[in-house]
Amino acid sequence: MDLILEGLLKAFQLIVSLDPEVLGITWLSLKVSGVATLISVFIGISCGLLVALNRFPGKKLLVSVVNTGMGLPPVVVGLFVTVFLWRNGPLGFLDILYTPSAMIFAQAIIATPIVMGISIAALQNLPAKMRLQILSLGATRLQMVRILIREARLPLMAAVMAGFGGVISEVGASIMVGGNIMGYSRVLTTATVMETGRGNFDVAFALSIILLLLVFLVNYLFTLIQQRERPR
Amino acid sequence: MSTTGSIVSIENLKVELGGVSILDIPSFCIAEKEFVSLIGPNGSGKSTLLLVLNSLLKPVAGRVVYRGEEISSREATFRYRRMVSMVFQEPLLFDTTVYKNVASGLKIRGIKRDEIRERVMRYLKCFNIEHLANRSARKLSGGESQRTSLARAFAIEPEIIFLDEPFSALDPPTRHALTDDLEKIVRETGITTVMVTHDQSEALRMSDRIAVMNSGQIVQSGTPSEVMNHPVNEFVANFVGMETILVGSVLKNNDGFMLISISGREVDAIGEFQPDEEVYCCIRPENVTIEIRDPDDFTSARNVFAARILDIDSMGPFLKLSLDCGFPLVSYVTREAFATLGLAEGNDVYASFKATSIHLIRKGV
Repeated sequence: MDLILEGLLKAFQLIVSLDPEVLGITWLSLKVSGVATLISVFIGISCGLLVALNRFPGKKLLVSVVNTGMGLPPVVVGLFVTVFLWRNGPLGFLDILYTPSAMIFAQAIIATPIVMGISIAALQNLPAKMRLQILSLGATRLQMVRILIREARLPLMAAVMAGFGGVISEVGASIMVGGNIMGYSRVLTTATVMETGRGNFDVAFALSIILLLLVFLVNYLFTLIQQRERPR
Repeated sequence: MSTTGSIVSIENLKVELGGVSILDIPSFCIAEKEFVSLIGPNGSGKSTLLLVLNSLLKPVAGRVVYRGEEISSREATFRYRRMVSMVFQEPLLFDTTVYKNVASGLKIRGIKRDEIRERVMRYLKCFNIEHLANRSARKLSGGESQRTSLARAFAIEPEIIFLDEPFSALDPPTRHALTDDLEKIVRETGITTVMVTHDQSEALRMSDRIAVMNSGQIVQSGTPSEVMNHPVNEFVANFVGMETILVGSVLKNNDGFMLISISGREVDAIGEFQPDEEVYCCIRPENVTIEIRDPDDFTSARNVFAARILDIDSMGPFLKLSLDCGFPLVSYVTREAFATLGLAEGNDVYASFKATSIHLIRKGV
């Protein structure tokens, strides 16, 4: 119990004193996972639209692959990204291993199938004739896509939240491709792992609580966007 | 059927799905300001035809022509779609307010805010849903939803409106109220309308023309009375409620006054068939009169037969009597007449129908 109380106290202290190291780590967590989520939303929803709105051979197989990807273990992604970004690897010329860019790269790979899988389900859940109805109202293809996204906005926002939740909380890939370098590629999760390993449970607790608060705040923001403009 | 004077027409239309022919229509035209109903059994291609007419489905062969211009290029299809609109069986409303739903087609066209407001309010009023303007479309009853969907389609002020069984999911009182309002608006605006329906009374009431479809083809197209009273073949006769369809052979023909043998009984009819020809004799049940006394002396009907009541079925305001008078015959009588005559199963009665009430179709058509 003492440990938890001490942790809470430490967290309070670190937050109130605006400890520059902790602030830096928090900001980097938010930045890396935020950019990764943004990329995955862009790719995931566009590809989700393409898959949901078109009929083609192998569609079921593709959707199954994407759905499997929703449970992609971050360490596996970390391993593959490390190998790819390794100096002699296929993407070695990018020279981004052990940088925040590499972490964004890995996290985007983790989040994209999550966003895409939920997007496909969300769009397929709309009535099949909805597209015909929108076109018969005189919409261009672009207008149709916009209306469909608006119609599926609740589950699509859920897709964004799930994507963000998936990457802000992962540690395996970040530690492997980022290296947990102090002041450079250290994020809340990697720092927590490290502090726990060192036996600094109070700091680890503090970081965990900050992480939880951060996830809550971001999701609260998303939820506000999701639920706005719901007519009575 | 000529294509002149038509607002939209189709020529040599073929639609296939997985190699199976869904539609095969050599020619079909819809005239300006005409109200056409498409009727037919499930799977006869009515809804598919509507999708083709609305350019939402590309046929494998054939042309759709709108005011003399073929709808083939992307641009032509898009321009045409902005001239027409469609209402489906499900309301398919957007998850927003009733007002914004009705405004959606106008917003898609980039119409100015003030004009949108004026038009939306006008059509909300037309369909009696002004009071629901700010209500969420998710919180409407079935009738209110379909009213919103209709208002959305009409607010565009299209040249042609396509309705795909718009009332079939509604309960009868709601359906009647909505049919009344729709009929009024269609009459007032004079908008060209094509409606798919299951409900023959709906089709009879509103249409200038009824097209009967069966397995992807239009089997008959004509005014409601032509289709109801003069079906071209046995299928249409069955579908439009000719309860009695009997095979007979022509015995003689004196200047159109014919004598036909049905199961050995002789029946008078009017027509142009020659002796020994096989014909279908179709008799609408409402044209068969039931009497208890032999009406030979006081009726103008040429055909009177002694009959036995085999079965009595309730048909809403009517009772359906299945009779045996040497051949099977069906008659509808009002509940009042049924009570007055004191009828019951097994009773012997007289059934009569006029020679002019028999519609003859050549067998094998």
